[in-house]
Amino acid sequence: MQPIDTIDRDIMKKYCLDFTVVNNEAIHELYSLLTLTPSDSSTSLPDILPGQFVQVRVDNAETFLRRPISVNDVDRDNHTLSLLVRNAGEGSRWIMNRRQGDTVNLMLPLGNGFGNIAESDNRPLLVGGGVGIAPMLYLGKCMSLQHRVRPAFLVGARSASDVLQLQSLQQWGDVFVTTEDGTMGEKGLVTASSVWNEEWTTVYCCGPAPMMKAIAQICKKKSLPCKVSLENMMACGLGACLCCVEKTVRGNVCVCTEGPVFDTADLTW
Amino acid sequence: MANLEVNIGNLQLKNPVLTASGTFGYGEEFKDFISLDRLGGFIVKGTTLNPREGNDYPRMAETPAGMLNAVGLQNKGVDYFITHIYPRIKDIDTQIMVNVSGASIADYVAVCEKLKVCDKINAIEVNISCPNVKQGGMAFGTTCAGAAEVTAAVRQAWDRTLIVKLSPNVTSITDIAKAVEAEGADSVSLINTLLGMAIDVERRRPMLSTITGGLSGPAVRPIAVRMVWQVCKAVNIPVIGLGGIMNGRDALEFIMAGATAIQVGTANFIDPAVTVKIIDEINGYLDRNNFKSLSEIRGII
Repeated sequence: MQPIDTIDRDIMKKYCLDFTVVNNEAIHELYSLLTLTPSDSSTSLPDILPGQFVQVRVDNAETFLRRPISVNDVDRDNHTLSLLVRNAGEGSRWIMNRRQGDTVNLMLPLGNGFGNIAESDNRPLLVGGGVGIAPMLYLGKCMSLQHRVRPAFLVGARSASDVLQLQSLQQWGDVFVTTEDGTMGEKGLVTASSVWNEEWTTVYCCGPAPMMKAIAQICKKKSLPCKVSLENMMACGLGACLCCVEKTVRGNVCVCTEGPVFDTADLTW
Repeated sequence: MANLEVNIGNLQLKNPVLTASGTFGYGEEFKDFISLDRLGGFIVKGTTLNPREGNDYPRMAETPAGMLNAVGLQNKGVDYFITHIYPRIKDIDTQIMVNVSGASIADYVAVCEKLKVCDKINAIEVNISCPNVKQGGMAFGTTCAGAAEVTAAVRQAWDRTLIVKLSPNVTSITDIAKAVEAEGADSVSLINTLLGMAIDVERRRPMLSTITGGLSGPAVRPIAVRMVWQVCKAVNIPVIGLGGIMNGRDALEFIMAGATAIQVGTANFIDPAVTVKIIDEINGYLDRNNFKSLSEIRGII
């Protein structure tokens, strides 16, 4: 595997490829974990950076556009990628209902990803709220395998049963949990976690917008760099339709190409 | 292999498949998926005299068999296009056209004057039909007098191929088409998006920041085919048809209704290689039915 830091995002070729579902695990009543491999066995899995996403073609009558889903994990040895999908509507339900052997068309890799990890970033904190944990697994894995940095994960959920992929995360780093009902870890929101009393070098965050905004505020007070992954509604995913824009200090930019990951200093939050 | 070449005024296209403005960026966004030189041409994002930030998010809502958008002509302005984008795309072996928008007649003329330095731009498409900007845009396109005035002014400033993109949000699109033909337009393209609206019932709020937006996708196709058919009967200039074309069959509908060429828009968002597939499907249809060229089926309805 080519170290991700040596891949130049600007020249990464994008593909539109059929994938076959290798496995579909219902890990929760609201979430499925799909493992996919290129249908054509002579096609290699494209390079994918942590924080990048795919556009899944949804072939049903109820929906029209593709659905952007962040890459949860990449397994180079088995030529698979995995997608953690939350039941959020007709489109995601269609994806969750794909069974082993079914074909799904993906456009990938899309977006900028979390970027290169600086050598000085030796105490990273990866925060995921709900399905926002999805890109953090692959990011944490790359940090651990390629940077020999053991990241810390902070997972926020409503209840113990909503804490996803705990064991997978623990493989790559220390995991701290907050639940709103106190059934696992500390009680409360991720913003109330005691991990904020510790020293961190960068905070990486994905989750509901109010959560990311609150964490951006914490980081601002602590003068900590903070990177957030946004999930604005998208049509093309290629920077052509200009639908998914976010306001930044340099004006409206496409989340699909300039993001989905932004340094919060560039946002107008 | 049938002959797919068509002419729009003096403009020669290797095939009738173009891309609709605002759905194909500047072509570059799609270069990983298709050879851009296979296209009849592509029409770049709506370009204005000054940079525009566009409307606030949310600008898009998925609707049955289509989508609403309210982008609001976000673009970096004609000078940026000429200096930064044009040099990167000018040598692609296809017809590159610029969609021109303005808030005033003077704006339209100024953009055309500036574009003259781009010697590979053989045609412009004048947008008098954008439903998502407060001034100009559709305001010019909904009256015969307004449409005629913009066309006349641009015709003075631009001697290469001039296409005028028409709005369907009018009582009689044939009257508008005749008005722009009379002022010297070489072609009309239709339809731009239909003004639409969607409401998030759970949040009790409009889906778009602008409340209303432009509807595109296969949901609008029967309206577009009807309007193209009507306009083809009313004018003598070539008509470019668009509105919800997803495949070769859809494209052939427009051609049988009388269109000389077609544009593929929203479908590019779902399949980035759809344009090339449409070219192949049109060709396959002609071969299967032993037609030597598109003229044998154009306007047969």
